[in-house]
Amino acid sequence: MAERLKATKEMKRIMRRYYAQAKYAHYIGKKVAWITSGGPVEPLIAMNIIPVYPENHGAMLGASKKGGQLSEFAEGLGYSPDVCSYVKDDIASTITKESPIKGGLPKPDMLICSNNICGTVLKWYEIQARNFNVPLFIYDTPFVHTEFTEEAKEYIKEQTKEYILFLEKVMGHKFNYKKMDKVGRYSLQSMKLWKEILDTAAHKPSPMTAFDAFFHLALIVTLRGKKVVLRYYKTLLKELQERNTKNSGAVDNEKYRLLWDNLPIWFRMRWLSDKFANHQAALVADTYTQAWCGVIDYIDENDFLGTMGEAYTRIHLNVGVDKMADTIKDFIRKFDVDGLVMHSNRSCKPYSFGQYDIQNLIKDMDIPVLMIEADMTDDRKFSESQVEARIDAFMEVIKEKKRTK
Amino acid sequence: MITLGIDIGSLTAKGVLLKDNSILEKHLIQVGYNSKKAGDKLLAELLEKASIDRTEIARIVATGYGRNSIDFADKAVSEIICHGKGIHFLLPDTRTIVDIGGQDSKVIILNAKGTVVNFVMNDKCAAGTGRFLDVMARAMETEIQYFGELSLQSKNPAEISSVCTVFAESEIVSLVAKGENREDITSGIHLSIGRRIYSMVRRVGMVEPVAMSGGVALNIGVIDALEKLLKTEIKTSPLAQYGGALGAALLAVNE
Repeated sequence: MAERLKATKEMKRIMRRYYAQAKYAHYIGKKVAWITSGGPVEPLIAMNIIPVYPENHGAMLGASKKGGQLSEFAEGLGYSPDVCSYVKDDIASTITKESPIKGGLPKPDMLICSNNICGTVLKWYEIQARNFNVPLFIYDTPFVHTEFTEEAKEYIKEQTKEYILFLEKVMGHKFNYKKMDKVGRYSLQSMKLWKEILDTAAHKPSPMTAFDAFFHLALIVTLRGKKVVLRYYKTLLKELQERNTKNSGAVDNEKYRLLWDNLPIWFRMRWLSDKFANHQAALVADTYTQAWCGVIDYIDENDFLGTMGEAYTRIHLNVGVDKMADTIKDFIRKFDVDGLVMHSNRSCKPYSFGQYDIQNLIKDMDIPVLMIEADMTDDRKFSESQVEARIDAFMEVIKEKKRTK
Repeated sequence: MITLGIDIGSLTAKGVLLKDNSILEKHLIQVGYNSKKAGDKLLAELLEKASIDRTEIARIVATGYGRNSIDFADKAVSEIICHGKGIHFLLPDTRTIVDIGGQDSKVIILNAKGTVVNFVMNDKCAAGTGRFLDVMARAMETEIQYFGELSLQSKNPAEISSVCTVFAESEIVSLVAKGENREDITSGIHLSIGRRIYSMVRRVGMVEPVAMSGGVALNIGVIDALEKLLKTEIKTSPLAQYGGALGAALLAVNE
């Protein structure tokens, strides 16, 4: 079996230290902000605030197979079964303290919510703002249907200004523009490194799979803007490049290459990874982890604060399906994939809603598409035998197609 | 050379023995709760029926939900490929196959050579599956084999709007209470499952001619509903129920 990435150990250490720091923030005189996964984190780091991501915590809860149980608890409180499981897991975990982190997430001093990933986060953060009785800032990003208009540009610049004012008010001191400049540069550099890392998968065989990307993503989500991310990603990149020099693939005898769409199914990572590997198939890329480096071109490294608004507005989930389909087409070409696996995620409506349209829009690529119905953390919404039957059939069609080509 | 194809579904197990490209013998039994036991029983009865010895079978391919529980098979293959092969053998012109299984429905697209090029399966819900028909036949106290014929006698099909099997069942209970006649309700049920399949066919893109595989192909009510909705003739074969097992036996030849 292919070896695991060596860098992984260091990554676990960094994450442990990060959560320990966040947990004891108040003892070291720091404040904690909860922030949505697509939110503008850099100004927080510039202000010496520790960002904490309930969505990253949700992924951890999902991976430790607590998602179904916590969702059930939240449904008992009156939340609809159709509400996103990250929301339900977070609200339930706040009460039950069920968490891989002892005692659950550290309490927030403020909440930062950006609706560039979905509309649900607004209600979620409003609920938690009432619950913890802390100030909430909403970084409102207009939806980019086709183009990013001048009005949208102006609007989002104002949002950034208001955001800075909010932080100054909560912290009681002026914003540190000098530090912001440095944090912005680190953030952009880590996005570029993350892109380089994901791009190594264009090599045949691929040195990593989307499952590796899902795991290593945690750093760019939680700590981008910090130097430690740069150091770690350089180590990881080197290891992947070495694999490519030796033509050593993440999947033994890689024969088929696949693209994944939507969030991972956190509680079935190993099972899915083995399932595809048994078919000699590598999930070489995914649209989800690419979202953290898809907007590099919109950022000016000499004016991060002034340009980040556009970047945060134009992320994958905040654009129309035509643009999403174009991105998927680019990945199909770039990573030379034989098939597309779409996770229809019960929790994530903005990600799942357009999937059938996208299938139609990419018909000219002539690759088979598999739809898996599941949820990112709620294991009650996963049926093993059904998913297995679909994966086997999908892989047989791909094999047949490649054989008769 | 003799090959064997076994299709262990969620309700029935089917076996086909193939000799020199023609069907030597076929057999069907109920699966019960243990698919492994069903496989063993099917093999024993099939050998007896064909009066051949186990050693005469060159290769065995298993398919269907229980395919991995058949330890005497040389290979397990998914139903999609098997139905593709089986129907291409029975009805060679077919380009679109509809198979309504016990817990899965599928629409399969073949190219002119009979190779599977695309497919779509129902989502997690059981509404478009054979189980839906079973539950509804029971609710109407009708034997499943007469269910389709009954629906053809309707002049004014009832409207079954719920796509959920459980809710559709209670909808039927209230239709019965309202005094709707049996034929019209039954026809409404067949149109309901037909609509689910219709949207799957549209999703994958229908290529004519269209054929049905699997046991539900014997249900004239479903065929009729699909023909009305898809506006095309649906071809069937008396051996349609053996489509998957036959395909498995054909695959075993080339393995």
